Amino acid sequence: MNSDSNPIWTLAATFGLMSLFAVGGGNAAVPEMHRVAVDVQHWMTERQFADVFAISQMAPGPNVLIVTLIGYFVAGVGGAVVATLAMCLPTAILAYFVSRLLSRSSQSRWPAIIQAALVPCSIGLMSASGFILALASDRTLTGALITVAAAGLASATRLNPFWMLLAGGCLGFAGLV
Amino acid sequence: MPPDSPPAAVPAPDIASNPPSLIELFLAFAKMALAGFGGVLYWARRGIVEQHRWMTADEFNETYALCHFLPGPNIVNLSFVFGSRFRGIAGGIAAFSGLIVPPAVIATVLAALYLHFGNSDALRRILAGVACAAVGLLIATVFRMMTPLLKRRDLVGLLVLVAVFVAIGVLQLPLAAVLLVAIPLSIAITFAMRRRAEDRAKDQAKP
Repeated sequence: MNSDSNPIWTLAATFGLMSLFAVGGGNAAVPEMHRVAVDVQHWMTERQFADVFAISQMAPGPNVLIVTLIGYFVAGVGGAVVATLAMCLPTAILAYFVSRLLSRSSQSRWPAIIQAALVPCSIGLMSASGFILALASDRTLTGALITVAAAGLASATRLNPFWMLLAGGCLGFAGLV
Repeated sequence: MPPDSPPAAVPAPDIASNPPSLIELFLAFAKMALAGFGGVLYWARRGIVEQHRWMTADEFNETYALCHFLPGPNIVNLSFVFGSRFRGIAGGIAAFSGLIVPPAVIATVLAALYLHFGNSDALRRILAGVACAAVGLLIATVFRMMTPLLKRRDLVGLLVLVAVFVAIGVLQLPLAAVLLVAIPLSIAITFAMRRRAEDRAKDQAKP
């Protein structure tokens, strides 16, 4: 198929569709991004995907901007723009229409039921993201220990996450990971 | 409510007479986005509710909950819904672009640097270390979100959670297929459980 050979079109179709199923936020879609970018389309290696995830977490802004990085990888600046818009704009417009609809009929019980039902699905998705990324990133014992320490600190304290990322970077630079 | 009502009440934002302009919307969301390391939600709430007082805490929670149960990146959805409340579609676009454009430019520059220097040994090592910490942060977020389910001993919810985890994380099945099964199932179960709880409450109310 000709349309498959144009990477921009593939990016738009892939992320546009993916965003509609990304219930529970950007990080919930990480396993699907991994499956498509590494296993299906072969846009990047396992290692590059872990690197790109690290960059997207380190950079300021919504974590969903990992798609900007993937888009740039595939097709330069044009790819970055298309991937970002495909992932963010359709659902934002959907949210706009739904919020207008719901503000008119807030009596219904369905929004509450649907919301409660989606919570376990979205947490399940996010834990799958954590698992897949841990397999890709934690290649040494030190690496696994950094992950455990960061998870513990971030759960138990109000420390700014930036410091944990910085500490991970320093340990990595020292050649310990 | 009179202005000298009890101090516990946060003064309601004067939305009707002083809505933010398009430029204010763009700048406010750009600021939140650039402050947000490891998630923008914390900064968005601080900016909208505490600094600008564009929404009360309850209004913010309701808007966020709506954006959470819709697909797509929550905070991005929130920016569009929030902006459109004040200035229609143009306001939505202003807030959305403020949130997305400045960080996306930074991400693009970082991607270019990575492609250029990605083979440098030092950068590789740094990124490998950062990636391990980043996964830890993600796992911590999962724990925080799971706490209410554990506290309520919501066995059905936890079962759905584990099933989705195994299907996506371990078996690596396609996302769309898993969700098309898991979401309707979860909605059906939740609906059935609530009805049962209501029926039981009615039975107990009877003499």
